[in-house]
Amino acid sequence: MNTLTSFFDEMVSGAGARSPYATYEAWFSGQDTDRLANKAKEAEAFFRKTGITFNVYGQDDAEERLIPFDLVPRILSNGEWSKLSKGIDQRVRAINAFLHDIYNRQEILRAGIVPIELIANNDAFLPQMIGFSPPGDVYTHIVGTDIVRTGEDDFYVLEDNARTPSGVSYMLENRETMLQMFPELFSQIKVQPVSDYPKTLRRSLEACAPQSCSGRPCVAVLTPGIHNSAYYEHSFLADQMGVELVEGHDLRVVDGHIAMRTTRGYRRIDVLYRRVDDEYLDPLTFNPQSMLGVPGIMDVYRAGNITIANAPGTGIADDKAIYSYIPDIVQFYTGERAILKNVETFRCSEPDMLRYVLDNLSELVVKEVHGSGGYGMLVGPAASKKELETFAAKLRAKPANYIAQPTLSLSTVPIFTEKGLAPRHVDLRPFALVSPNGVNITPGGLTRVALTAGSLVVNSSQGGGTKDTWILED
Amino acid sequence: MLGKTAGGLYWMFRSLERAENTARLIEAGFRIALTRSTGAEAEWKSIIATSAAQDAYEAKYQTYESESVVNFLLQDTDYQSSVLSVIKSARDNARLVRTALTTEVWTSVNETWMVLTELLKNPIPQTELPSVLSTIRQQSAVVRGALHGTMLRNDIYDFCRLGTFVERMDSTARIIDVKYYSLLPAPSFVGSRLDNVQWETILRSVSAHRSFRWAVEDDFTAPAIANFLILDGRMPRSLRFCASKIVDNLGFLGMYDETPKKSLQLAQTLSARLKDRDISSVFEEGLHEFLMSVIVENARIGQQIELDYRFNS
Repeated sequence: MNTLTSFFDEMVSGAGARSPYATYEAWFSGQDTDRLANKAKEAEAFFRKTGITFNVYGQDDAEERLIPFDLVPRILSNGEWSKLSKGIDQRVRAINAFLHDIYNRQEILRAGIVPIELIANNDAFLPQMIGFSPPGDVYTHIVGTDIVRTGEDDFYVLEDNARTPSGVSYMLENRETMLQMFPELFSQIKVQPVSDYPKTLRRSLEACAPQSCSGRPCVAVLTPGIHNSAYYEHSFLADQMGVELVEGHDLRVVDGHIAMRTTRGYRRIDVLYRRVDDEYLDPLTFNPQSMLGVPGIMDVYRAGNITIANAPGTGIADDKAIYSYIPDIVQFYTGERAILKNVETFRCSEPDMLRYVLDNLSELVVKEVHGSGGYGMLVGPAASKKELETFAAKLRAKPANYIAQPTLSLSTVPIFTEKGLAPRHVDLRPFALVSPNGVNITPGGLTRVALTAGSLVVNSSQGGGTKDTWILED
Repeated sequence: MLGKTAGGLYWMFRSLERAENTARLIEAGFRIALTRSTGAEAEWKSIIATSAAQDAYEAKYQTYESESVVNFLLQDTDYQSSVLSVIKSARDNARLVRTALTTEVWTSVNETWMVLTELLKNPIPQTELPSVLSTIRQQSAVVRGALHGTMLRNDIYDFCRLGTFVERMDSTARIIDVKYYSLLPAPSFVGSRLDNVQWETILRSVSAHRSFRWAVEDDFTAPAIANFLILDGRMPRSLRFCASKIVDNLGFLGMYDETPKKSLQLAQTLSARLKDRDISSVFEEGLHEFLMSVIVENARIGQQIELDYRFNS
């Protein structure tokens, strides 16, 4: 592991630019900084006007914020990408097989590879899914694998995000913005397009329609509503796919199918791309207080009359303790070694590991096993003594709720500032689509960037920004 | 189309129309306050009455001062029909129906909300009022332009237009009704020349002080003005115009219905009452009674549209 003082910079190596950035660097050095600063302001105004915003939870005024956009692209060569995409493909297939297995024959538990306690005591494991196979045996229709880099050839998967990955709208909008701001760049540098994503998503979802569906499947996107932090993305995806954006109160069970209320009566839906969590999906099965879901949808689902994407119960694969077993899971189902590395993970439920974590807290990153969005995590090296003590007490009280990882020296890519380029830490979330026809990974993804110098937290909810991600054609 | 989407479009355009109408009313009132040493308070009071906001207003203020009325109508977020409140509601509805709008319509509504939220953040000093009101009207024009210029002429467009005309009919009817007492303090006033300022404000409230002069070669008598605002099919804010537009848009929506929907039947009945008749018959019926019945029928049409097109259930 690198020490925290040396980072791999993806653009600059020694005196010159690394080869994927060579043409860009030459272009950039010929640019006028004031002109670029104006472009950056234009981009921000464009995002505001278009309403590409997100709501921040836990803020008094519930204001809408922009995710800051940085105009320096993050560039990967086709060679780098093809290794990554092979690794993601392999991992996504293994996770899908794992989900089918644990909800059916549970061979991996019987083989003693994943401990049964991790499943049995896990809230994300849904007993309602036991013995059921979703249409096409697909659980994870859309996956957004979080990848970090620490060196020339060192890529790690940080999280699998098999449940409800968000951010794909930024991948698409960031590219649109770059095309508008710097058309000349795209004639000099051949970048693989991402714009097919909505069409591919619709086709992929249609391919997962229930067997009983005849004719072209009717797809809809289910959103919790306009106050959800990712509402913009929900409406964007529905719009780009050309399908209806529905809320729970638009839907009901009609003749054993899910149907949406239109101005001409109820119309049947075959595939529901839901952006509502499992817990709120069906008040008759899960949280009875939920107003966001559809009463009875789980019965329709189990009767094979609708496809829910992603499948309920998929969240078990996002559990951070399960994550630590993914290399074994890949090996078990594919018979191959995992192409992408896992980050070393200490499960605090195990007394030896807990002791190690407590002794080395100031050097580790500690996360809640069910957490996401950067909430409730501790970044040891950045924490004060008091924060460390408070967190240690939490760890002792509920050790099984946490895992710890070494603080990775994430690679940096420069961002544009008024004083010129400045390196900042990044991660990458490519998006994979799964259907019975195979896995499709859009060349690119969402690059998130920590805007504060030295910060390792890239989450937008914690002040992170985004970059356009370029995969070069070779 | 989803019933919810139809409802969102309808309410989005009702809200936008309401914002514009409120701005017009304030503009007319402000002019009186500037040009007259007396009578301003009565004018503000009638504007609050036109907006059906007496209770909400009087819960906060004892007197009808320009400043308090203007700020109440423009930027009081406790009042659900203030310009700031309805613009937020229009934008929330636009977000709800984002997939049904063209990019131009969506960005124009979003921008309108951004501009007006900033503009109406603090109480408006009198010196700024004309420019604020003009911005509100300009922004409405931008949204309307985007709608007409970019939207397909399909059911989405029809629901937008229905919201506009149901709201406008209500607003015009209320303006005439509130002014009725000052126009006609006694039945004997029918036919007599009106006080200059009164006719001017009623026409200004619907931005028709110029078009009246051009379109109607007549004195400013109560029947001439009432005829213009109620029965003139050329005047885009007249009751007859609004009713015939509602019939048109409901007709397009129901083009393939075997039996006409109830909302269309109601609209046709109302529209028939406003066609081919003489304004004197309206006065015989009693102007106030006539307007009240129009307001009630219009509200029924609105409710029936919600039911016929499954906005909520």
